[in-house]
Amino acid sequence: MAAITLIEAVNKAMAYEMGVDEEVVILGEDVGANGGVFRATDGLQQKFGDKRVIDTPLAESMIAGVSIGMAAQGMKPVAEIQFMGFIFPAVDQIICHAARMRNRTRGRIHLPMVIRAPFGGGIHAPEHHSESTEAIFAHIPGLKVVIPSNPSRAYGLMLAAIRDPDPVIFLEPKRVYRIEKHEIEDNGEEYPLGMCFVDREGTDITLISWGAMLHETKQAAEKLAAEGISAEVIDVATVSPLDIDTILESVEKTGRACIVQEAPKAGALGSEIAAEIAEKGVMNLLAPIGRVSGYDTVMPYYRLEKQYMPKVEHIVEEAKRIVEYR
Amino acid sequence: MTTVAKFEINYLQFMDENGTFISKQVPPQFAQDIDTVKSLYRDMCLIRVLDQKAYALQRTGKMGTYPAATGQEAVGVGFGSAMTKDDVLVPYYRGQAAMIQHGVLMEEVLLYWGGDERGCDYKVAKQDFPIAVPIATQLLHAAGIAKAMQMRGEKRCVFTEIGEGGTSEGDFYEALNVAGIWNLGVVFVINNNQWAISVPSEIQTNCETYAQKAIAAGIECIQVDGNDIIAVKEASEKAAEKARNGGGPTVIECISLRLCDHTTADDATRYRPEGELDEGWKKEPILRLRKYLESKKAWSEADEEKMKKELAEEVQTAVDNYLNTAVDSPAAMFDNLYAELPERTLAQRELALARGAK
Repeated sequence: MAAITLIEAVNKAMAYEMGVDEEVVILGEDVGANGGVFRATDGLQQKFGDKRVIDTPLAESMIAGVSIGMAAQGMKPVAEIQFMGFIFPAVDQIICHAARMRNRTRGRIHLPMVIRAPFGGGIHAPEHHSESTEAIFAHIPGLKVVIPSNPSRAYGLMLAAIRDPDPVIFLEPKRVYRIEKHEIEDNGEEYPLGMCFVDREGTDITLISWGAMLHETKQAAEKLAAEGISAEVIDVATVSPLDIDTILESVEKTGRACIVQEAPKAGALGSEIAAEIAEKGVMNLLAPIGRVSGYDTVMPYYRLEKQYMPKVEHIVEEAKRIVEYR
Repeated sequence: MTTVAKFEINYLQFMDENGTFISKQVPPQFAQDIDTVKSLYRDMCLIRVLDQKAYALQRTGKMGTYPAATGQEAVGVGFGSAMTKDDVLVPYYRGQAAMIQHGVLMEEVLLYWGGDERGCDYKVAKQDFPIAVPIATQLLHAAGIAKAMQMRGEKRCVFTEIGEGGTSEGDFYEALNVAGIWNLGVVFVINNNQWAISVPSEIQTNCETYAQKAIAAGIECIQVDGNDIIAVKEASEKAAEKARNGGGPTVIECISLRLCDHTTADDATRYRPEGELDEGWKKEPILRLRKYLESKKAWSEADEEKMKKELAEEVQTAVDNYLNTAVDSPAAMFDNLYAELPERTLAQRELALARGAK
């Protein structure tokens, strides 16, 4: 068993599944000899050949559209969009076709495909490389949207995503690609999609987050503990379809909820979670729901990036405000 | 300065508007078989009758928006008849001629335009894609299907159709580029009916031909008389044979003319120049094939009457099947969203059912 990073876990999961299922193929820009710009596909072309790890021309709509055609024939394409900021030419294909093919053919054609993309800020990247636009896809019926927060989950959720019979958008928080290592047994064991993970148990407040921001959220929970506040931490992991029951159960126990997201605040996933808690759990609440998020601004270029990102102290502050609410 | 590349576009036509084989070329084998020609004639007539019926259904409130293919029957029937049942069709929205040729049922076409997804659940053409409404997106699906066939070493090919206006879309170029570089077995049929709703070629492209757009992707191309079904079928059969045997893609531009409105929701008198339709009706594909059959003493007025009666009955049966298909349960909105419906959405399904069909 080796200790590996999140990006290595993505690589391992893809390699595992390619080894046991010959229908699994990888395609994208620079995924071959280069192993991907973040090295997610490092070594895979050497291992599985250029017929199964395919360097595509530079065209994102094509990558998504071709994946749809391949998946319709029973293959299981795992396509890489190099950065989420470049996914937009492919959105037509993802929303208008991938998400609805099963429905509009009444089940005759279904699409077992994964579209991976690194996303989020914090690595001093060029413009258009740092946005968190997961809500765009989470809004679309027919898609599943998965965001791993650590190496173990990246491994297990990627396996589940590839094996899922429907299209999965797999968003990788690149800021935490290499921030920690987990001991992972490369045994092909998946984590189920559509399930939240309770990462820390607590009694005073539920902190709900996903992706890179889960790290700040967990640190905030530590700090709160030092101040005598017991925070429960939930990793949403599959942001669509949302496992709202786990969140509601937790809020029923703690009576307080704070959602932490890197994305802008308005019309986001945090809004949906807050609305669900308000609809189904408002009588359990001892205080108004709180949200810690990015600003409703364009994601700034990297000199101001730090000022945009929610930080541990913001979460601590908001959690304390909620807990102290009378 | 030296020339580093040169290209030319060939034009294929066998039969002129009088139904006469032009002298300089030997007609293909299939065109010398009178029964084959008769069957192509019948298949084109079927599409025209279906389109007329669909128009009538829309006008009487029994169907939604419908795009007729009047005047373009030779394109879809021509390339559709070049396909084997193992090939895959990825149609465009005005693709009923090729779809029906490849096994999609008329009632499925009507059901689809009648607002029901079950019209995409093809009973026979199991692997064919449903119509893609977003323009040009389907060409990439065709490329992906052909990629899968290539990886599995299958001797099948993919046909996909697009209007000439659609060739301005990015997906068109992305599909041609990838099909070229990967040598995919796709036949791209550009149905140039000369109108993209109200936009004519003069304001659509600066190219002399749409076929030549293939040159930039390194793909073989040809322009054919899209009113001459012999030319369409011959070019398609050659391209299909090549595609099935690892020879790569072909672009076939078929020049026709849309003799109808864009759809039932359009009024072409707002933009179509006067006289265009009169000229167009002289060149249309069905008339010229009938003239040919008559010149061979292979078709009579009585044959025509008999066929028309049969086609009317055939179409009416499809219409009856369509109209007799009851509106689906509200549960149908949910039942094929995912392989397994998420719990959250399951509650909405129950709600929709509780609210009932009203």
